[in-house]
Amino acid sequence: MAVTSMIGARIQRREDPKLITGHGHFIDDVNLVNMAHMSIVRSPHAHARITSIDTAAALASNGVVAVLTAADFKPVIHGGLPVTNSFVADKKQIPEQFPIATDEVVYLGEPVAVVVADDRYTADDAAQLVAVDYEPLPAVMDLELAMTPSSPLVKSDRPDNIGWDAAFPAGDIDAVFAEAEVIVKQRIGQQRLFPTPMETRGCVADYVPFDNRVTLWTSTQVPHFVRLFVGGALGVPESQMRVVSHDVGGGFGSKIRPYGEEYLTTAASKLCGRPVKWIEDRTESLQATTHGRGQIFDIEVAANRDGTLLGLRFTQLLDIGAYHGVFSAFQVVACLLGGGAYEWKAINARSIGIFTNRTATDPYRGAGRPEATHLVERAVDLVAREIGMDPAEIRRKNFVKTFPHVNNFGLTYDSGDYEKTLDRAMEIIDYAAFRKRQEELRAQGRYTGIGFSTYVEICGLGPSAATAPAAGIALVESSMVRVHPTGSVTVSVGTHAHGQSHETTFAQIAADALGVPYDSVEIHHGDTGDTPFGYGTYGSRSLAVGGMAIMASCHKVVEKARKLAAHAFEASEDDIVVDQGRYFVRGNPGEAKVLAELAFASYGAGLPEGMEQGLEAVSYFDPPNFVWPFGCHICAVEVDPETGAVTIDRYVAVDDCGNVINPMVVEGQLHGGIAQGISQALFEEVSYDDATGQMLNGTMLDYLIPTMAEMPMFELDRTVTPSPTNELGVKGIGEAGTIASSVAVINAITDALSPFGIRHVEMPARPDRLWSMIKEARA
Amino acid sequence: MTQSVELTINGRRRQDHVEPRLLLVHYLREVAGLTGTHISCDTSQCGACTVLLDGEAVKSCSVFAVQADGRSVTTIEGLAKDGTLHPVQQAFWSEHGLQCGFCTPGFIMAAAYLLQQNPTPTDDEIDRGLEGNLCRCTGYHNIKKAVRAAASAMNGGTAELSGNVASPVAAAVEG
Repeated sequence: MAVTSMIGARIQRREDPKLITGHGHFIDDVNLVNMAHMSIVRSPHAHARITSIDTAAALASNGVVAVLTAADFKPVIHGGLPVTNSFVADKKQIPEQFPIATDEVVYLGEPVAVVVADDRYTADDAAQLVAVDYEPLPAVMDLELAMTPSSPLVKSDRPDNIGWDAAFPAGDIDAVFAEAEVIVKQRIGQQRLFPTPMETRGCVADYVPFDNRVTLWTSTQVPHFVRLFVGGALGVPESQMRVVSHDVGGGFGSKIRPYGEEYLTTAASKLCGRPVKWIEDRTESLQATTHGRGQIFDIEVAANRDGTLLGLRFTQLLDIGAYHGVFSAFQVVACLLGGGAYEWKAINARSIGIFTNRTATDPYRGAGRPEATHLVERAVDLVAREIGMDPAEIRRKNFVKTFPHVNNFGLTYDSGDYEKTLDRAMEIIDYAAFRKRQEELRAQGRYTGIGFSTYVEICGLGPSAATAPAAGIALVESSMVRVHPTGSVTVSVGTHAHGQSHETTFAQIAADALGVPYDSVEIHHGDTGDTPFGYGTYGSRSLAVGGMAIMASCHKVVEKARKLAAHAFEASEDDIVVDQGRYFVRGNPGEAKVLAELAFASYGAGLPEGMEQGLEAVSYFDPPNFVWPFGCHICAVEVDPETGAVTIDRYVAVDDCGNVINPMVVEGQLHGGIAQGISQALFEEVSYDDATGQMLNGTMLDYLIPTMAEMPMFELDRTVTPSPTNELGVKGIGEAGTIASSVAVINAITDALSPFGIRHVEMPARPDRLWSMIKEARA
Repeated sequence: MTQSVELTINGRRRQDHVEPRLLLVHYLREVAGLTGTHISCDTSQCGACTVLLDGEAVKSCSVFAVQADGRSVTTIEGLAKDGTLHPVQQAFWSEHGLQCGFCTPGFIMAAAYLLQQNPTPTDDEIDRGLEGNLCRCTGYHNIKKAVRAAASAMNGGTAELSGNVASPVAAAVEG
């Protein structure tokens, strides 16, 4: 019998039993007969000309199968890596990127040669024997210098170092600034980050000679996207290529592109006639997997002394790296969301994408929205400080209050109640008591602070109407729902889960929509061999787009089942009532058929005239709008003025992602998301030497990923404002925590340090940075 | 040049000839076929490869297989007994202490060792006991709750649980 309602149920995950007992199936767990192992020789320079590559010593090693360079791959791999330019820019430069360098390396870690050997140890040893001669060239590292006409070039065949230059004007910004009573300015950095999924990338390619068939196992968020492009480049049609991505140990945006190594491993399998495995080691991962953020914002805010926000003018300088990531231009969304949750008369933004001799940046959890939130929530605090207004009150005064709301750039916020989340969060943290205690502590020489982040974000990528300018792309999602003869259900989806718990939550949705037991529903994802084409998982899209694709197929199945029931009861379709999976004639609920019975009938003889056998449906869902989660995060910190160390005393988050399928999963997504934003605020930063382009913290020994000891316990609550955009009333929650949290921490720190006259703190707010600022302020 | 090793893995004895430089984690994964022990950082920060060596938690990326000669190893595959999950495994499941699950085997082994050494750890002791393990998904919140819950269960008590339910039939829908 079907349960009453699966939506909103706090069900433990069905993913977990295998994962907690060591039976997960991650990429390095894939082993094939006669499989060879690939090791990649990477550039030790940020920018250099390759003058020669001597592979003889490596080839002579016992157990080495092949040593391959660009010259070997050129006949096998056709074309370059894909780039999706999501926004139409005034000026655009998209250099072609081949998966392996030919004569000029342009970032540290760029592949130069690969060694294929019988085992990993031999491959790694032999990789050390590949002798590459380089002629070092100037490394272009500084964003502002890179923009100048006299700058050296990131790559010698390019006209300049500008990847795009896009203006986003909305309203008469000059007039607004001319009438403003207060203008504040600030430069705000967004340091480069390693996304750092705990599982590095890797793949296993099995090219079957003569058949021209490939199976590619890979650690990705986008299996269909990988098949489309890797198959295309190798001349293998989709029908002959299967991409499998079973358990994936985290992605956070860093696995949303087809990577060069996927092409190289597949091509190596073809060239060597054996299955080939490549597993990225951690240092490779930090060097060659895409990075996040890497931006500088110069902002100017116009406001009145009563706290009315008027205008916002800002420039985003974005470090693209040496080549575009596949979605790097998406991060320009920071411009369109720069106004945040507030009303503005005018906003004028400009984004300049700048090439440097660094690894490409691509979306990392939030991708443009953490940056937007950080800049606007800092902007609001700076104005509040300037005019002596409470940070909560200035927010309340300027919040968008009626929905749907069309923002300055024409984007429609679907639903919201921003004040409600602010009120609730202030109640939980007991704001008035905090301020009182803060005064008492300051008198004792202790510096506590409180920071707000009242964010709104855009997710659920994306309506084809919005994404079409990027090469006609429609970021729809797909599902196939198949009811088997005895009633069990297979739901195959084009999204991909790597920690998001879809096997549980999607089964909740399908069980509810079909009125069948939860345990009878099985979710398939991550294998192009048995799932319909989909764009994968990123941008908090899987529920609002993919979940709706499941709903659409379930509806089709129910409609066919209704016809089958009408036929069985010899009644009119209009008289069939469907109630929680039971089909009966109106007025006669005692005589009902469940879906399993109708499914069995659907595969048999005696169907209605013209009806085909079977009970299944395929759907593609193109959302009418994005969805717009929001909320209020409040962080309370104490800064030790003698050491600069920050302690997070409390972290309160009240989020609203519309209707919730599984509260346990939503809370988990928030915990992890918040932790990554806190980590950006306090700890993480990819460091390069500006003169040489060398990476200074390319191991996890040097790059600070917080441990349990650095993280507070989070205090969560939520409000529920259903989205009108989709039938489920859902939004997204995968990125919200990260989008909100970095600035809550920074605003808390600046509040704590306000007695020193400190009005802005850059990230990461490490002890040495704060200690120096305090020391300078005291001097 | 290989060397003979004989060790007991999850209660079963086996003998192999290995290169002296072979890491224990590679031995477990590639020779013994136990892929539940994971490799993540290569520099011994992350703890994904944690196993018990003669009952003591070690990072198996930092031990050579030949150093385990004559000793006993317990991996994540050997933690559940007779089809019953170890209380730490059960608690990670019930408290949603994992998302992608890649760091999880190492965390569970480290937590099992912590609770064996200290059956009633304070939050601070949990922090310090697990500071050799990294997780990027959970923000550690539910991992800490899982360790608390496991400690309580192992001491015969009832922890303050989150109310997550294994069976959907019993699931309460929140407003």
